Amino acid sequence: MSVPLEHDYIGLSDASSLERSSESSNISSDNASNNVFNIKATELSLGLPGFAKNSEENAAKSGPAIKNYMSGAKRGFSDVNFSGSGKGINGVFEKNQTQQLVSSSYVKPVEEEKKGPVSENGSVPPSAKVQVVGWPPIRSFRKNTMATNLSKSGYVAEANLGSGGCLYVKVSMDGAPYLRKIDLKIYHNYAELSKALEKMFSCFTLGQCTSNGIKGREGLTESNLKDLLHGSECVLTYEDKDGDWMLVGDVPWEMFIDSCKRLRIMKGSEAIGLAPRSMDKCKKRN
Amino acid sequence: MGFPEEVLEHVFSFITSHTDRNVVSLVCKSWYEIERWCRRRIFVGNCYAVSPAMMIRRFPEVRSVELKGKPHFADFNLVPDGWGGYFYPWICEMARAYPWLEEIKLKRMVVTDDNLELISKSFKNFKVLVLSSCEGFSTHGLAAIAANCRNLRELDLRESEVEDLSGHWLSHFPDSCTSLQSLNMSCLSSEVSFSALQRLIARSPNLKTLRLNRAVPLEKLSTLLRRAPQLVELGTGAYSAEIRPDVYANLTEAFSRCKEVKGLSGFWDVLPSYLPAIYSVCSRLTSLNLSYATIQSPDVTKIITQCPNLQSLSVLDYIEDTGLNALSLSCKDLRELRVFPSDPFVANANVSLTEQGLVAVSEGCSKLQSVLYFCRQMSNSALTTIAKNRPNLTCFRLCILEPRAPDYLTFEPLDVGFGAIVEHCKQLQRLSLSGLLTDRVFEYIGKWAKKLEMLSIAFAGDSDLGLHHVLSGCDSLRKLEIRDCPFGDKALLANVSKLETMRSLWMSSCSVSLGACKRLSQKMPRLNVEVIDEQGDLDSRPDNCHVEKLYIYRTVAGPRFDMPSFIRTMDQNPTYRS
Repeated sequence: MSVPLEHDYIGLSDASSLERSSESSNISSDNASNNVFNIKATELSLGLPGFAKNSEENAAKSGPAIKNYMSGAKRGFSDVNFSGSGKGINGVFEKNQTQQLVSSSYVKPVEEEKKGPVSENGSVPPSAKVQVVGWPPIRSFRKNTMATNLSKSGYVAEANLGSGGCLYVKVSMDGAPYLRKIDLKIYHNYAELSKALEKMFSCFTLGQCTSNGIKGREGLTESNLKDLLHGSECVLTYEDKDGDWMLVGDVPWEMFIDSCKRLRIMKGSEAIGLAPRSMDKCKKRN
Repeated sequence: MGFPEEVLEHVFSFITSHTDRNVVSLVCKSWYEIERWCRRRIFVGNCYAVSPAMMIRRFPEVRSVELKGKPHFADFNLVPDGWGGYFYPWICEMARAYPWLEEIKLKRMVVTDDNLELISKSFKNFKVLVLSSCEGFSTHGLAAIAANCRNLRELDLRESEVEDLSGHWLSHFPDSCTSLQSLNMSCLSSEVSFSALQRLIARSPNLKTLRLNRAVPLEKLSTLLRRAPQLVELGTGAYSAEIRPDVYANLTEAFSRCKEVKGLSGFWDVLPSYLPAIYSVCSRLTSLNLSYATIQSPDVTKIITQCPNLQSLSVLDYIEDTGLNALSLSCKDLRELRVFPSDPFVANANVSLTEQGLVAVSEGCSKLQSVLYFCRQMSNSALTTIAKNRPNLTCFRLCILEPRAPDYLTFEPLDVGFGAIVEHCKQLQRLSLSGLLTDRVFEYIGKWAKKLEMLSIAFAGDSDLGLHHVLSGCDSLRKLEIRDCPFGDKALLANVSKLETMRSLWMSSCSVSLGACKRLSQKMPRLNVEVIDEQGDLDSRPDNCHVEKLYIYRTVAGPRFDMPSFIRTMDQNPTYRS
């Protein structure tokens, strides 16, 4: 269950979450420049359509949705969050651009968006155009094929794109009141991933640890946290393409991110039984 | 001419172009006679321009017939169902008259299973069946072709709408059939029996073109490729599978054995991790169709930069300006570029593809002749640059997704830009316009586009003057299709004789009145003036009402009678019948 955060006109949460997210996005190596672009790119700038010249360079770096925004075209709020692309949010925020914007749980899947949800402003220019018969001139075969692609990837966008760009998966932690989303593509190995998860879920584990005999807030260090996540109290698992829950860490990283649909930090008795079973399954597969 | 007939026949056998043969037949009566007996290939660009009986009467020894049916705008759902284009009358007559027929090629026609069965049983030496954008048949009809055509060389179903009842049809190819050279089943959705497919390929040593359908899984592609290392054109099925090192290794190895592959297509559902498997063939590729591959610019770029011999590329706009820039630097032999929109029905760009990408390609690829480009913004300056860079363009089709979109920099119409295209590209044969355009662009087109044969216009122009410029100025015009333009009666009625020099004219959602259609029809008995009005009851409409859709074509076969009730041929002068 997720709590929607407050958003301003262009869909960012308030300043504090920007800071928070820029912290979390420090995990990836080439992030500093991203932050600069992001802040610039998300500056409100009203202007006539066609002052795209300057903004084009920035736009090229900062991704298509922002570009449109900066070109000053009259776009509605809803347009910034999504373009109706079947890739969902991943289509809007290209490459390694926008982790912080998306880390909020506000952005909804494409299918809903196309119906034109009402924004804070109350006005909704539809993100999808009114369709004129036979325009643009695209043959039915292509339209039908692309529609299949879009609907497929619309569903998959939540979990696994399988293509370059972003790979957002939901992360849940047993007992936490809301889920998070992370981009698996920005990590290069399991160590980076677990570090990121620790940071992300630190606020939850602080309170929860007491039942397991670990001291509260004051006593929590990074190593404790690691133990927490990798010890017998917590197990990091993922749901693969077949819908099975697997132990994170068994397969090569590339194979993992290709089959991972969502992550779950399991705790308690459930967690204890999981590990050996997952390993059996992996063995069977290989 | 003192030459004996046999000598002339022999000479004529080297003349293969349809236009040349038509010219030859006009030299004198005896040449007409000799030519008609030795003509082997017929092309009928509009199946209603001539009747099957007439064709057979004049050309008794034909081996190959090519027919086109519905107007081009049928591709975009502008032509209502039931319009026509039936193959039935043709196959009935040809089955009787051409027992030695070898080839049938149809485009935008309605073909039934019975028609296919008749083909399969009527022509002992039948070799080639190409059904391009056809409809009306099912896989049962294909089964008949497979089962009965002993010497089948080519079965190509490109983009036809087939009622896909099962994949079983492929299993009807008998074990004795070893003649297959080309198979294109990419438009089918059903899974065919893999073992049947595998055996068919294995016993077809001359198979050069194989376009699989999406249902053929990637894991099995290497099995097929190993049996057909001589392939020149390959269309893959779905290009994704579970990531498995053995599958990847097999695929890579199988591709590396295909030393003759020059063209690749297919690539539905691409998983980029599997793309490197094709790298070994890239250097030989002349044709690459990635237009169904939803892969991002870096993945596309990685491939195309390894294809220095590429002549034809189709991609989605995921390639973006950066990818097109890379294309312009790597593929110096590029002749044809097609960029399709990944998400055309949203207002905003989902990708960073602009006019700059096309400008870059026009700069870097000096042999570029043919362009189909979907984008969201364009400027007069970009168009002018493109025109000056590439005066050798023969086909320029630009589709700016938003109707009537102006030059995004200056907000002016794009008249000057398209004007530059027609002025500089003197060999331009095909042009599709889009964006904000006034009558002025048609003035330029009428003035400069002397070699233009096909023109497509949408949401453009201000008045009849625009249409008049085109009809009076474009000397080579054969096909004109117009939708949603304020063109009315005046231009049409002022250029009636022009219409007989053209194959056809389509106008929909314009301002042509019913009365003008009637007058036109009476003035020009050798034109069929067909009015389409799905709101029905043309009889009770006043003459000044605008017709929904209008299709005018020249014909020597008179009005047709296979139309539904909402299509009416305007009455011709009853005293003049051809």
